[in-house]
Amino acid sequence: MTRTEFWQGNIACAEGALAAGCTFFGGYPITPSTEVAEHMAAKLPKRGGTFVQMEDEIGSIAAVIGASWTGARAMTSTSGPGFSLMMENIGFAAMTETPCVIVNIQRGGPSTGQPTMAAAGDMMQCRFGSHGDYSVIALCPASVQEMYELTVKAFNLSERFRVPVFLMADEIVGHMRERIDVPDSVERVDRVPLEKGTLPFSAGKTGVPGFPAFGKGYGVHVTGLTHDERGYPCATSPKLHEELVLRLVRKVEDARHEIADYEIVNPDAEQVFISYGAPARSVGQVLHDLGNENVGHLRLKTVWPFPEGILRKFPDAKEFLVPELNLGQIAREIERYVDQPVKQLPKLGGDLHTPAELKAALGGLK
Amino acid sequence: MSYFDWFREDRLPTIYCAGCGNGTVINCTLSAIDEVGWKREETVFVSGIGCSSRASGYIAADSLHTTHGRALAFATGVKLANPDLNIVVFTGDGDLAAIGGNHFIHACRRNIDLTVVCMNNQIYGMTGGQGSPTTPRGALSTTTPYGAAEQPFDLAELAIAAGANYVSRWTSYHVKELTKSVRAGLETPGFSMIEVMTQCPTNYGRRNKFKQVADQIEYMKTHAMLRKKYDTLLEKGEPIPEGAIVIGEFARRSRPAMGVRRAA
Ligand SMILES: Cc1ncc(C[n+]2csc(CCOP(=O)(O)OP(=O)(O)O)c2C)c(N)n1
Ligand SMILES: [Mg+2]
Repeated sequence: MTRTEFWQGNIACAEGALAAGCTFFGGYPITPSTEVAEHMAAKLPKRGGTFVQMEDEIGSIAAVIGASWTGARAMTSTSGPGFSLMMENIGFAAMTETPCVIVNIQRGGPSTGQPTMAAAGDMMQCRFGSHGDYSVIALCPASVQEMYELTVKAFNLSERFRVPVFLMADEIVGHMRERIDVPDSVERVDRVPLEKGTLPFSAGKTGVPGFPAFGKGYGVHVTGLTHDERGYPCATSPKLHEELVLRLVRKVEDARHEIADYEIVNPDAEQVFISYGAPARSVGQVLHDLGNENVGHLRLKTVWPFPEGILRKFPDAKEFLVPELNLGQIAREIERYVDQPVKQLPKLGGDLHTPAELKAALGGLK
Repeated sequence: MSYFDWFREDRLPTIYCAGCGNGTVINCTLSAIDEVGWKREETVFVSGIGCSSRASGYIAADSLHTTHGRALAFATGVKLANPDLNIVVFTGDGDLAAIGGNHFIHACRRNIDLTVVCMNNQIYGMTGGQGSPTTPRGALSTTTPYGAAEQPFDLAELAIAAGANYVSRWTSYHVKELTKSVRAGLETPGFSMIEVMTQCPTNYGRRNKFKQVADQIEYMKTHAMLRKKYDTLLEKGEPIPEGAIVIGEFARRSRPAMGVRRAA
């Protein structure tokens, strides 16, 4: 059963988190993400959860990681400047395999940039922003409905893979209001508890170790230093470090096709748009206006780990067109995998690509 | 049980240099925890980065060795998510007061129910002896080769001003008093801060006229002055001896606190 609501994207995100069982939110106000925090501040205490406004975003993500180690489903939300501040502790979450959800309602950067305008300039930062090698999961909603659904999914993926999962939205999707069908209940995947007698960072076949929550008698030591399967620091063994980092990367990358979430329209088309986030809406309009099957669309809901295998689902493609609210961050990722030309359609400043602009980009080939 | 039962024996020996004061502070803290009868499965040790912050890794309980300066923010999350857990935070002067200064004053302001044991060796020990926010004026370090020019922080005063419920300062010489004080901190609801002046022979003592480890301990013994005596001297307008280390219990109060364990 579902009920219909008319919600803002950021509210849908917060409601999705609550439906997914989020019990801890740590955050710091920043436009255009603040509504997520405000909604959690209003709702969490009434459900026995905890909302805390930290002194900065470094503290927010730290508190979220701390809460997660008690077994709580924990999240934070932010935008550009706050996202930059979180980077060191995001690496800590990756290294310690701490489930947590980080919502980034992207705005124009660099620096304070455009607080109230949309962008997707943090797509590479969310993948590579902390130091060292690691992997994460990033989801990109293109509607209010998906702000809800992908937030739920973010929690489930972070519990399953024990990685930070990013909801990489943008100001347009975060602030728009749309009709949304809200389900009575959602699917819930929980982190698997560590089996007693098993070493806390011994991963087994899945690559994901069982979770030894604090307060349950595990007596686990959790450190951001390179550690062995006991969790003990061992920072000078080249072999141990390589094995650990490769496992952290592989547990995500090897599952990339399972994690992949996308929508395909007109797979036999010769010209194919690849989009994520708000620009997907303009592409949808273009396909609707053209009313034929000559132009295709691959809409990515999962951007990281990059699901390169689905690029092969357009066997006749002669050209890929990638409208993005940045200077081609994901277009370059696509170029790595395809032989066809990739046309970058970057747009900065906060305005969405208009359908007319996108149609013009199709040029004579159409 | 005794304090020794709290050690993660297979992690010993520690990384600490011969003569380091950190071991003493850890022993005193674990003795106090043992005395109050905290259970291992209900106690979490959180720390930042530095020699002092390595303490959490030597204790056989749940422990979170975090990022430089952020221990209190992590601990805030642990405690607020599960107030039934007892939290002890090990930190150093650089960790707590330089990079972590903002988290420090805000944790005091929230008066969050946990106990901080700060090993103040007045130096960045782990990185080889650079100046810290508590390095005394004139002291030599690798980044103050001509003597520290900046005014140091008084960590205990900072904690009091920021709202902590329990604040004390002792030294690694005052083993009995320190243990008693940690115990009082554990038992006081709200934020407790026990600042412990500790010797770092390798990176502080050696460069600052303490040829032997014992010289610095002797210095702490002879220069320690109880708060009461210090206040009396001030009142009478009498001079404070140079290099005095004011020790004792500075604050014990019951301001509203956060994250206090729910009544059973
Ligand atoms: C963000 C960051 N900056 C710098 C460092 C390097 N670093 C490691 S320990 C340390 C100083 C620790 O000093 P203190 O907290 O006094 O601990 P001590 O070693 O003296 O016990 C520094 C600067 C780091 N680990 N992380
Ligand atoms: Mg120090």
